[in-house]
Amino acid sequence: MDQGLVSLAPLAVLLPILGAALAFVLVRRPRAQIAATVTTITVTLVVECLLLAATWDTGAVAVFIGGWEAPWGITLVVDRFSALMLVVSSAIVLAVLVYASAQGVTDQDQGGPVSIFHPTFLILVAGVSNAFLAGDLFNLYVGFEILLTASYVLLTLGGTGPRVRAGVTYVVVSVISSVIFLIAIAMIYGATGTVNMADLAGKLAQLDPDVQMVLHVMLLVGFGIKAAVFPLSFWLPDSYPTAPAPVTAVFAGLLTKVGVYAIVRTETLLFPGDRVNVLLLWVALLTMIVGILGALAQNDIKRVLSFTLVSHIGYMIFGLGLSNVLGLGATIFYVVHHITVQTSLFLVTGLIEQRAGTANVDRLGGLARISPLIAILFFIPAMNLAGIPPFSGFLGKVGLIQAGVGAQTTMAWALVIASVVTSLLTLLVMVRVWTRAFWRRVEDVEHPPAKLVLAVEAQEATVAHASARAAAAGTGGSVDAERRAPALTGPRGPTAGLVAPTIGLVALGLSFTVLAGPLYTFADRAATDMLVRTPYIEAVLGEEAAELAALDVDELQDRGIVAPPDRENSGPGDLQPLDGADSEGNDAGTRPGGDVPGEPGGTGEADDGEGGRP
Amino acid sequence: MSVNIVLLLVMGVMYAGGVYLLLERTLTRVLLGMILMTNATNLLILIMAGAPGQSPIVEPGLDPGEYSDPLPQALTLTSIVISFAVTSFMLGMIYRSWKLGRRDEVLVDTEDVKVAEQPSFDAEEDAELQEETSEFLDEDEDPNADYEHATAVNPATGSLPVRHQQDGTVRVRPLGSRQEKSSRAGRRAAQEPEEGEHPVGYRGHDDHLPDEDERAGSPRARPPRFPEQHRDDGQDTRDQAGPGARGRRRKGEG
Repeated sequence: MDQGLVSLAPLAVLLPILGAALAFVLVRRPRAQIAATVTTITVTLVVECLLLAATWDTGAVAVFIGGWEAPWGITLVVDRFSALMLVVSSAIVLAVLVYASAQGVTDQDQGGPVSIFHPTFLILVAGVSNAFLAGDLFNLYVGFEILLTASYVLLTLGGTGPRVRAGVTYVVVSVISSVIFLIAIAMIYGATGTVNMADLAGKLAQLDPDVQMVLHVMLLVGFGIKAAVFPLSFWLPDSYPTAPAPVTAVFAGLLTKVGVYAIVRTETLLFPGDRVNVLLLWVALLTMIVGILGALAQNDIKRVLSFTLVSHIGYMIFGLGLSNVLGLGATIFYVVHHITVQTSLFLVTGLIEQRAGTANVDRLGGLARISPLIAILFFIPAMNLAGIPPFSGFLGKVGLIQAGVGAQTTMAWALVIASVVTSLLTLLVMVRVWTRAFWRRVEDVEHPPAKLVLAVEAQEATVAHASARAAAAGTGGSVDAERRAPALTGPRGPTAGLVAPTIGLVALGLSFTVLAGPLYTFADRAATDMLVRTPYIEAVLGEEAAELAALDVDELQDRGIVAPPDRENSGPGDLQPLDGADSEGNDAGTRPGGDVPGEPGGTGEADDGEGGRP
Repeated sequence: MSVNIVLLLVMGVMYAGGVYLLLERTLTRVLLGMILMTNATNLLILIMAGAPGQSPIVEPGLDPGEYSDPLPQALTLTSIVISFAVTSFMLGMIYRSWKLGRRDEVLVDTEDVKVAEQPSFDAEEDAELQEETSEFLDEDEDPNADYEHATAVNPATGSLPVRHQQDGTVRVRPLGSRQEKSSRAGRRAAQEPEEGEHPVGYRGHDDHLPDEDERAGSPRARPPRFPEQHRDDGQDTRDQAGPGARGRRRKGEG
């Protein structure tokens, strides 16, 4: 395998850690700190884009740390799925970091704890990257712990009452999930004598089916808590909304997706076949419905979004539970889409809070008039989340529903219906927020926050002033000068540093519509790789082990367990229906290999511009 | 693979104790439960190493099976370090919780309570005050800043009775100190916080800057049920705004 470019993979973990160290050194100099962290993440993003470009055609490549060969040393594996996740996560992180820095600069007079934020944030990024790259279970555990420990600090930033309360729940739940995961690792090691995932792929299949089931379910429970699937999702809406907006944004975008990533790996690499598919589909169904019903009951936008986050995890589990290329490919697409959209929604909520002083929809109103920019920035990802046609949310859902219909089982049909219902309910939730916070007149709000009232007054004064001026003088030049003066008396609007990254994320979300063709093709190839398993195992252990693993798949079939389709079965003919979805975008026939989605320059949206991607 | 039965029993007991303690409401016990569980897991990893053997340093002429398995030891070491870090962080949080409100308990999420109470939510009555969840709002921009604290407790009820609510948020205060404190009329920021006087969410401490969230999620941030009653002499009792107020208010309602 071509090791050249891919041997940069450890940098994805190393750079953020070094950047965090640098940021700690610069703890007394906020601006230098911001510069250092933003540069670090930018460089990391570039490295990861290179990794994605390198794996676009070749598929999985393994990097052996310190030259120790696979079953013994620590292995980092870059395959298509992990490279894609790395790029998307870093793009998100970069936007959130710029946003948080701008917010920190804006609030500096109020003394936000900026100094600890940046290093911790980079540690979080290192943990996420490590989890995506980990080639053995214990390294995955370490990655989880790095990101969790950083997230404990970020969640309780400032140590205020509600955050400590939320933090206690979060820490205890996370520790329990980690303990379950660690127990599973210990038992897997006891049973097989290895923790290398590629090695396990072969060795787990030789165990007694009941033992396999125990190990399998333990891993799923551990990851399920992290991914917040239904019976294990109670902690998420409790703890996320108390954190600052950028922190919640990155948690919502990334942390649950790391859990989903781990579940995907468990289902495809470690325990292939459809043994728990019915369970997964039930979990997906309940996650969708219960999550969105929870969202309906909430008044605070942050909490609404937290519940929709839980709900939409169900879609990803749905695609995974079908365990075919169509479903898994759609899951990968949906994960990418959802990371972006959910993060941008939380960032916009931060803008709303900053502008209006609250995120409680009962007290919001008239935002569309006061700030059309925020309205547009909220509307696009909200409709994207709900799955309105031109957006990537629609394309992801179409892919999932096609896969579900293709599966031809009762359970899959139930999931198809549930996902349509959930989509409708998401639309309802989003429209409720929209009509109340944006369209309602401020006079109709019972207790608008002072900031909102001031903003409305300032805006009305500006309009009145300007029209009076225009009527009286009728000249262009002086009106502009006059218009600015009264606006200054109103509350400060969001600064460019806050708006630009939000615009960038919204544009990135929109770009998935345009790039849906290559992205779907890529996702399907990644899914095929994962379901066949051999590319991954071959990269880590060489060809012989890969052939053995392929034999294991045959054995599974003998035992009546339906194995995932082979590469031959899932050729272009199978993937064809998805190309229909691409016709919504305008780029269905793009040759895969050239364009890197998520790369800053690649997002060519006309209406929002590119200024946001620094 | 041979298994040491004593280790296995110890591990089982530790898990049992850990689970039992985790189910407690007191944070310190939850922490102890966490410690027990993580250490039981470390023990499990060690058990999975199989029978003990020679130290895993290469000696010529020794059969590979004679060595102890070094990998579980490395894994245990890593997980000990991680659990140590998390334990100390958890200790810090418990101390913080204790400092903020002398509460060593898992508190109820007030947003949850609000949502659960929604069917009986009277928009007319409760609309007097709404809570702030913004992290951007300045204190001086919030028209409710003083009002909210002044009305968060019902002064008519006098001293706080000892009553344990379901969420365990009622606390007792000696009557004397209350009177003394209430004579100190000043903004709450100027008041000296006495240890133990304040619930989680109290914002008077100097070691961090006040944040809207503190008020937002704290139990006393709930809108008062009977604002008219509170308004008159609430000024004097603002420093008692605490979870107890909510308990009584709820009772008065029913």
